[in-house]
Amino acid sequence: MADTDEPEKKRRRVVELTEKMVVDGGRDGGEWDGRWNHINMFLERPGPFTHPDFEPSTESLQFLLDTCKILVIGAGGLGCELLKDLALSGFRHIHVVDMDTIDVSNLNRQFLFRLKDVGRPKADIAADFINGRIPGCNVVPHFKKIQDFDESFYRQFHIIVCGLDSIIARRWMNGMLLSLLVYEDGVLDPSSIIPLIDGGTEGFKGNARVIFPGMTACIDCTLELYPPQINFPMCTIASMPRLPEHCVEYVRMLLWPKEKPFGDGVGLDADDPEHIQWVYQKSQERAAEFSITGITYRLTQGVVKRIIPAVASTNAVIAAACATEVFKIASSAYIPLNNYMVFNDVDGLYTYTFEAERKENCSACSQVPQDLYFSPSAKLQEVLDYLTENASLQMKSPAITATLEGKNKTLYLQTVASIEQRTRPNLSKSLKELGLLDGQELAVADVTTPQTVLFKLSFTS
Amino acid sequence: MAATKASKEQKYDRQLRLWGDHGQEELENAHVCLINSTASGTELLKNLVLPGIGSFTIVDGHKVSGEDVGNNFFLSNHSIGRNRAQAATELLQELNTDVSGNFVEESPDQLLDNDPEFFHRFTLVIGVQLPESTCLRLGSVLWNANVPFLVCRTYGLVGYMRLVVKEHTVIESHPDNALEDLRLDQPFAELKSHIQSYDLEGMGKKDHGHTPWIIIVAKYLEKWFSEHNSQLPKNYKEKEAFKQLIRQGILKNEKGTPEDEENFEEAIKNVNTALNPTKVISSGVDDIFNGEQCNDITSQTPAFWLMTRAVREFVQNDGSGNLPVRGSIPDMIADSEKFINLQNVYREKAMQDASVVSKHVEALLQSVGKVCGPYSCILRCCSLSSACSMDSADGEMVLYLMLRSVDRFYQQHSRYPGVYNYQVEEDISKLKLCVNSLLQEYSLNVNVKDDYIHEFCRYGAAEPHTVASFLGGSAAQEAIKIITRQFVPFNNTFIYNAMSQTTATFQL
Repeated sequence: MADTDEPEKKRRRVVELTEKMVVDGGRDGGEWDGRWNHINMFLERPGPFTHPDFEPSTESLQFLLDTCKILVIGAGGLGCELLKDLALSGFRHIHVVDMDTIDVSNLNRQFLFRLKDVGRPKADIAADFINGRIPGCNVVPHFKKIQDFDESFYRQFHIIVCGLDSIIARRWMNGMLLSLLVYEDGVLDPSSIIPLIDGGTEGFKGNARVIFPGMTACIDCTLELYPPQINFPMCTIASMPRLPEHCVEYVRMLLWPKEKPFGDGVGLDADDPEHIQWVYQKSQERAAEFSITGITYRLTQGVVKRIIPAVASTNAVIAAACATEVFKIASSAYIPLNNYMVFNDVDGLYTYTFEAERKENCSACSQVPQDLYFSPSAKLQEVLDYLTENASLQMKSPAITATLEGKNKTLYLQTVASIEQRTRPNLSKSLKELGLLDGQELAVADVTTPQTVLFKLSFTS
Repeated sequence: MAATKASKEQKYDRQLRLWGDHGQEELENAHVCLINSTASGTELLKNLVLPGIGSFTIVDGHKVSGEDVGNNFFLSNHSIGRNRAQAATELLQELNTDVSGNFVEESPDQLLDNDPEFFHRFTLVIGVQLPESTCLRLGSVLWNANVPFLVCRTYGLVGYMRLVVKEHTVIESHPDNALEDLRLDQPFAELKSHIQSYDLEGMGKKDHGHTPWIIIVAKYLEKWFSEHNSQLPKNYKEKEAFKQLIRQGILKNEKGTPEDEENFEEAIKNVNTALNPTKVISSGVDDIFNGEQCNDITSQTPAFWLMTRAVREFVQNDGSGNLPVRGSIPDMIADSEKFINLQNVYREKAMQDASVVSKHVEALLQSVGKVCGPYSCILRCCSLSSACSMDSADGEMVLYLMLRSVDRFYQQHSRYPGVYNYQVEEDISKLKLCVNSLLQEYSLNVNVKDDYIHEFCRYGAAEPHTVASFLGGSAAQEAIKIITRQFVPFNNTFIYNAMSQTTATFQL
C-alpha cells in the first residue's frame, strides 16, 4: 500500500493513482518516431537464422501495416491476447469472429472487457478496445459463428489464427481451409494455401501448432491427441453414484426432466443461478442418500456447465507463441514452428516441441476415400456408431446419404427433426435391405467438417 | 459488502478452481514491485492485476519514448515524455478496480543509493530489462531481506527468467501424476479388517461384480503371500502370474464362459502400479528431514519446518517408517456402499495420522514456548520432495551465454550491441571478444558459433511484443506460485527461444 503516513520526500514520491489521470490512449491514426523500432530489426536486417525466402527490406513493414490481412477466430481468453499481440506486431487489417457475449467470469483474463460490457458481443467490444488503444489499427468484428461464412469470406485472408474452445469448431475451420486448396493435375497450387495457426489452453496447460493445409499435419491427422470426452456411465449415475459429480449428473440428466422444477418445457439453463441453486440442493440430497461428501455450489456449477479452469497467464503464453508464428510467416523472417508445441507450467515450466505427422488416410486432408467394412447384414445403426465412436473420425451427428438407382437418398439425418423421424426406421434395417451394394460410395456430412466426407463401403462375408 | 464478495467469486471463478479461496487470499494480500515498465514488465503485471493481486508499485525513472509506446499495450503515444512508471500505472490500474497501483519516479539505482530498505516491504520484487550491475546490487539487498527476486528479460527472440530466493517451501504442490497411496503391500489395521469383512467366494453375483478392485487385489495378494513366502510379485513373470490368478476369480456362467466383470478387469489393469511397495522415504524427502532447519526447532522456526519435523516424528515413532496415509482413492467400478465404505477407511486413517502429526506440532510448539490454536494439517507426501529440474539443451545454453556476453558488452561500451543499423557489422567482433572473455573467465570449453554472435547483434536489444508477452505470461505464473505457495516454481533459470519455440530450465 502507498505510504501515505510518511512525509513526502523530495527525492521519492510513491504516488497512488487518482481518478483525474488520463486512461485512454486516444483515437488518432498518427505515427510517431520510433514506433516500430522493436520489430524493424527483424524486417530490415539480414541474419544467419532467417528463412531462405527472407529478403531484408524497408518495405516489409509496409506490407504488414497496409496489405496483410489476418483473421482471428475467437475473442475470448486467447482471442483478446492475439488481437493485442498482432496489433503491436504491425498488423492493422484484422478481422475477428466470435459468436459469444461477455460474462462476468471472463473478466479474470479477457482483458479487453469490463464489468459494464457484460452481455455485449465479445467481437464488438474487443475490436473497439484495440482500435481505441492502438492508433491506426483496424479490427473488424463479426458477431457470428464461423459456419455463417463461406469460402469467399475466408479466401481473403493471408493467415488465420484460432483461439477456440471447441474441437468441433477447429475441425470445421480445418475442413474449410482444406476445401480452398486448388490442385492442378494433382499438384497443389501453393498460392491456395492459407496457413492456420491454432492455439488451445486448459488451466495451466496449452498448445500451439502451425498448419499448412495440404502440406503438413492437419487437425484431423492428430485427432487421437484429443481423446473423446468421457461421460459417466448411465448405470453409475442412475443407481451407483460414488463421486459428488455423479450426484450432480443424476440431477441434471434424470431428475430435472422428471420434476420440471421451473415449468413444463423449461430446460436447464446453466447460466441461471436459480437453476443451479436447485440442482445444488437436489445434488446434496442425492449425495446424502449415499453418504457421499463434497458437494459444493462451485462443484455443481462446474459439472453442469462443464467448466474448464482458466487463468490469464496460460492464455498469454499460448497466444504469444501463436502470434510469433503469424509474424514469422507474414514476414518470412524465420522458419516457422514445425509444427506443434505443448506447454505446461504446473511444475516449473515444461514445453515439448515436435513435428506432428500427416496421417496417410486422414479423413480430412488425405483425399483418399475412407473405407468402411461391414457385413451386408449389419444394421445402419452400426455404421452410425462407428462414425461417432471411432477415434480417428469422432463425428458428432453424421448424416449419411447414398446414390441409389441413380437418385440421391438420405439414409439418416439427425439435425432436422422431421427428417430424423422419417429416416429413423432405417437405423434398424440392414445395409442389404437398404439396397446398398458392395463398393458403394456413401457421403457423410457432419458438423465437424464443411465438406462431405466420402466413404467406400466394402462388404465383409 | 456481501455483494462485492459474491461478484469477486464470480469474476475469479475460473482461477479459484485452480488455487482455491486460500490461494486467492494470499494473492490479495500481496504487494509486488515491478522495476521498469517496459513491455515485458507491463505484460507480467497485467497477468497479476487481472487475477486480483493486492497492490503493485512500479519503479521506473525513464521517460516514455516513441519506441516504448510501439511495443507496449499499457503506454499511449499521449504519454511520450512523461514518466514511464506513472503512465503504465494508469493503464494497468484500469484493468481491475480491486487492485491498488502505485508508482515511484526513480531508478532502482537511485533507490539503492538512498533508501535500500524501500524494497523490504514487498512480497516479491520483479526486475525487468536490468543491467547486470543493478541486478547484482538489488539481488544482494533482497537476499538479505528474504524477499524473493524474479529477474526477467526479453532480448530479441530470447526470453530469460531467473528466480533468486533463499528458500521457498511449498505445501500444496498439486502433483500432476502422483501414484496412489494404497498401502496394499502393508495394509494398516483398519484396512486389513475391512478387507477381511469381504468373502469373495461366498458373495452373490451382483456383489461380486461390484466389489472395488482394491479389495480384489488385496484378497488375491493374501493368497499369493501364503504361497510365496509373503513376497510381492516382483518381476514381469510373477506379475503376469498374479494377474492370471485374479482372472481365474472371475465368475463363470453355466456354460463355463467368464461373465463380464469390469471390476476384475480394473483389478488386473491396476496390478502393475498397485503393487509398488509403499515408498518409504525418497532421497529428496530424506534431505529435508535431515536439514538443519528441521533439526533445530526454535521459537522462530517457520510453519513449514515445524510441520516437516512433526512429520518426521510421525515417521520415526508412529508410522513404522512410513509417511502419513494420503487418504484418497481413485474412482472405480463398485456399488456406492462398497466404494464409500472403502473410501472412508482410507480417509479416516489419513485424518488419524494427521491428528497425530498435529499433536507432534503442538508438542514442538510447547517445547519452544508457543501456543497453537486448533488447525487441521493434512500433508500430501509428494509435496515434501524438492523441485529440481536439470534440463540442459545445447541450444538454449548458448543463448544464456550470449545474454551474459551482451551484459559484458554493456559494461564495456555503455550500450548494447547493434542498436543502430550502422553498428551491427562492427559490433560483431566486439561482441565476440566479450563472449571469449566470458568463456575464459569461467573456464568453459564451449564453442559458440559465430552465427549466434551475429544474431545477437542483429537483435539490437529489441524487445518484440510477442516475446515479451510469452515471458510475461510465464513469469507471472511463477510469481503467483511464489505468492500462493502452491504448485512448484521453476528452479532457477529459464530460457525461451522464440525462433524454435523451445524452452529449457537450468539450475545454476
